[in-house]
Amino acid sequence: MSEDLVLDKPLPVGNTGPRHTGLWGLWTLVLTEGSLFGYLIVSYLYLGVASGQTWPPHGPPDLLKPGISTTILLASSGVMMLVEHNLKRARIRSALGFLALTILMGAVFVAMQMHEWAHKGYGPWTHLYGSLYFTITGFHMAHVLAGLIVLATLFVWILMGRIRPDGPKPVTIGGLYWHFVDAVWIVVFSTLYLAPHLHG
Amino acid sequence: MTEQRIPHIGCVAPNSEDEKRLRDIWEAEPGLKGKLGSVDHKVIGLRYIVTAFVFLILGGVEALIMRLQLARPDAGLVSPDAYNQLFSMHGVTMIFLYALPVLSGFSNYLWPLMLGTRDMAFPRLNALSYWLFLFAGLFLYAGFAFGHGANAGWFNYVPVSGPIFDPGPNIDIYALGMVLLGISTTVGAANFVVTLFRLRAPGMSLNRVPIIVWGTLTASVANLIVIPSVSLTFFLLWLDRNLGTHFFDTGAGGQALLWQHLFWVFGHPWVYVVVLPAMGIVSDALPTFCRRPLVGYAAVAMSTVATMIIGFEVWIHHMFATGLPPLVLAFFGAASLIIAIPSAITVFCWIATIWAGRPQFKVPFLFFASFVLLFVIGGVSGVMTAAVSLDWQLNETYFVVAHLHYVLLGINVFPVMGGVYYWFPKWTGHKTNEVLGRWAFGVLFTGFNLAFFPMHILGVLGMPRRIYTYAPGMGWSLLNLLVTLGAFLFALGVLIFLIDLLISARRGEPAGDNPWDAASLEWSMSSPPPAYNFRVIPIIASGHPLWEDRLNQSEQRSKLHEGFTLLEGRETLGTSPLDSEPNAILRMPGDHLAPFALGLAATVFFAALALHGWLWAGLALAACAATLIWWFWPPKAEKAPSDREAAHV
Repeated sequence: MSEDLVLDKPLPVGNTGPRHTGLWGLWTLVLTEGSLFGYLIVSYLYLGVASGQTWPPHGPPDLLKPGISTTILLASSGVMMLVEHNLKRARIRSALGFLALTILMGAVFVAMQMHEWAHKGYGPWTHLYGSLYFTITGFHMAHVLAGLIVLATLFVWILMGRIRPDGPKPVTIGGLYWHFVDAVWIVVFSTLYLAPHLHG
Repeated sequence: MTEQRIPHIGCVAPNSEDEKRLRDIWEAEPGLKGKLGSVDHKVIGLRYIVTAFVFLILGGVEALIMRLQLARPDAGLVSPDAYNQLFSMHGVTMIFLYALPVLSGFSNYLWPLMLGTRDMAFPRLNALSYWLFLFAGLFLYAGFAFGHGANAGWFNYVPVSGPIFDPGPNIDIYALGMVLLGISTTVGAANFVVTLFRLRAPGMSLNRVPIIVWGTLTASVANLIVIPSVSLTFFLLWLDRNLGTHFFDTGAGGQALLWQHLFWVFGHPWVYVVVLPAMGIVSDALPTFCRRPLVGYAAVAMSTVATMIIGFEVWIHHMFATGLPPLVLAFFGAASLIIAIPSAITVFCWIATIWAGRPQFKVPFLFFASFVLLFVIGGVSGVMTAAVSLDWQLNETYFVVAHLHYVLLGINVFPVMGGVYYWFPKWTGHKTNEVLGRWAFGVLFTGFNLAFFPMHILGVLGMPRRIYTYAPGMGWSLLNLLVTLGAFLFALGVLIFLIDLLISARRGEPAGDNPWDAASLEWSMSSPPPAYNFRVIPIIASGHPLWEDRLNQSEQRSKLHEGFTLLEGRETLGTSPLDSEPNAILRMPGDHLAPFALGLAATVFFAALALHGWLWAGLALAACAATLIWWFWPPKAEKAPSDREAAHV
């Protein structure tokens, strides 16, 4: 294959392009974290079937508030796309505005989820279902919080001029992480909230 | 937009101005900061290997104490509780703190040299991976030092390891230490995967990389997929033990078998993770001593991948005796038999390489050739236990202990020792002592077989695993004495090996660039290699860059002395994933203290969890976040706009 190599073409300097090393790194993170949630979901299904208990013990969960918070979280992914779009076109103020909105929407999701936790009427130690429910949503919550720290850091860096329109890769990478956190929630929400209604 | 440049292709003469410039750019600062902050893959690789060998010695001492206890019936050298900790820590140490880390060390050291680049894709992540490994090892041993080592076996089945039957801190330390170690393994694996797809020299296409690269790549992808399983199950156990959750609490609907599934979904691929790179060592180094290329390169590479793919479907063969339905047992039994096929293909390729070559019976060759024999013995006893009916007979006996030691020592320790003898001249610039090496090999090989072969018979005679003593009339006494003698003989072999290395590192003959007259790229530079690895990034035309003239397989010749100079900073070449065409000039991050600091903060976090110091845990977590932000802080925009783009990982 070396016979076909073109060696004297100009190359981008630095870590750029669609195959940015950092993006590669993030994809490995997605693979391993995706697997983690896969094992959590499988454990939930396995224990649910094997325990023979009424599942969930208090009947299928209410969908209204979780549905709203889910919609907000998923919509925040769309807003996050606008951040990169505007940053690349040097519309720094719009980019910052949309980023702030993404963070706000993530924070609303966290608050609504916390509220739901507080009003569940049971805890992780109450029964097997509680252990699973709080552990799985807790793992996801930890990822949302990590994502919010990432987004807040990106906000500061854009504000300081450390991330600029000709080098938006940190935002691409942070954004991809945020999309991943949202995509995982679709799986968690479907399994924990929607599925019990199917045979309810 | 982004800065672009046509990279300069030329020569860099030794001791020229340009070479001095490379040294200034790549060499670590002197002093403590240079030591703690180093991101040089060669430094990190050697640290990995040395640390793993220290753990090997610790695990070996634990084994020797157990063998003294078992040398005769009704011995009282150690208490049953101490024995539990000894066999558990022995397993934990050998499997987790020696077997993979030592291979990570080899791969870290060798990959950039073999692939033709100046560092790994994420040099700082590489440093983090080492520090986390070291700290996790110390973490696991801290409990043991205070008499609270893991004591429910390395695979730590519930309910024995649960809060009711094992209430002390032992299992909590083991569980948290494993999660910490899992982070180290994961970031290391990510680094290997990205390095392979991003940093190979031009022309080093996938069909030209050494087999150890295939082995480590396969193992790393598997690690990314299965490490979360074991980390999760240890974390769930910690929650059960400390927060009163019910995952494994059978009284509340939890399942003891969930542990076994999550553990072995990880555990069996892991067995291949700790042997495939070692098999790669043999596939790459054995041909050097046969004076010909490996027979069946493509077959060996594909067998490596096939082994891992089938390796995902065999975990239940650890659970044949748990009452699962016969259909499941049949499927997993069949998969466990089928996995012998790619292994057999590889074995025949090695034999054919020796057969078709002109073997030189140097010390590394002895280790590699004997490894082939041990691999066959360990493989055959594996195929035997893959048969469900026979497994029911042999399960939980010394037969399984014999099998797993033939596999793990045979396919890991022997290739590793051969590999140390093979690459030691590259690491240190000195040859090892051929006479001492032969003695080490002879004693190790004899001791190994004396120690482990009789265990097969003990297993058939019904001696169970993990018992701390046995009665005189069982018919096991003589064999156990032989095993103990073998174990001490093996330990003597390790001692000779280490003495040889210590003496040779100072007084061995100078090795020169290529003492074995080998074919691959790492032998093209001085021994030990300079900090920047390659004066120029070479342009590769075959899988045997240093043997092209004599093999004369084509007109093409690799260009090793004329290539990409990349003198304008800490730079290396980024290439495309399959054909390795140049597609970027990568700015590589230099030494940094953040990886060390993050490793420390993460360890404090897990220690705080173990001690229920919730405030400290919160502070340590905040410190982790702060360190990460510091790590990734983008540099200030300078005149060259793309400086901001430098990778920080």
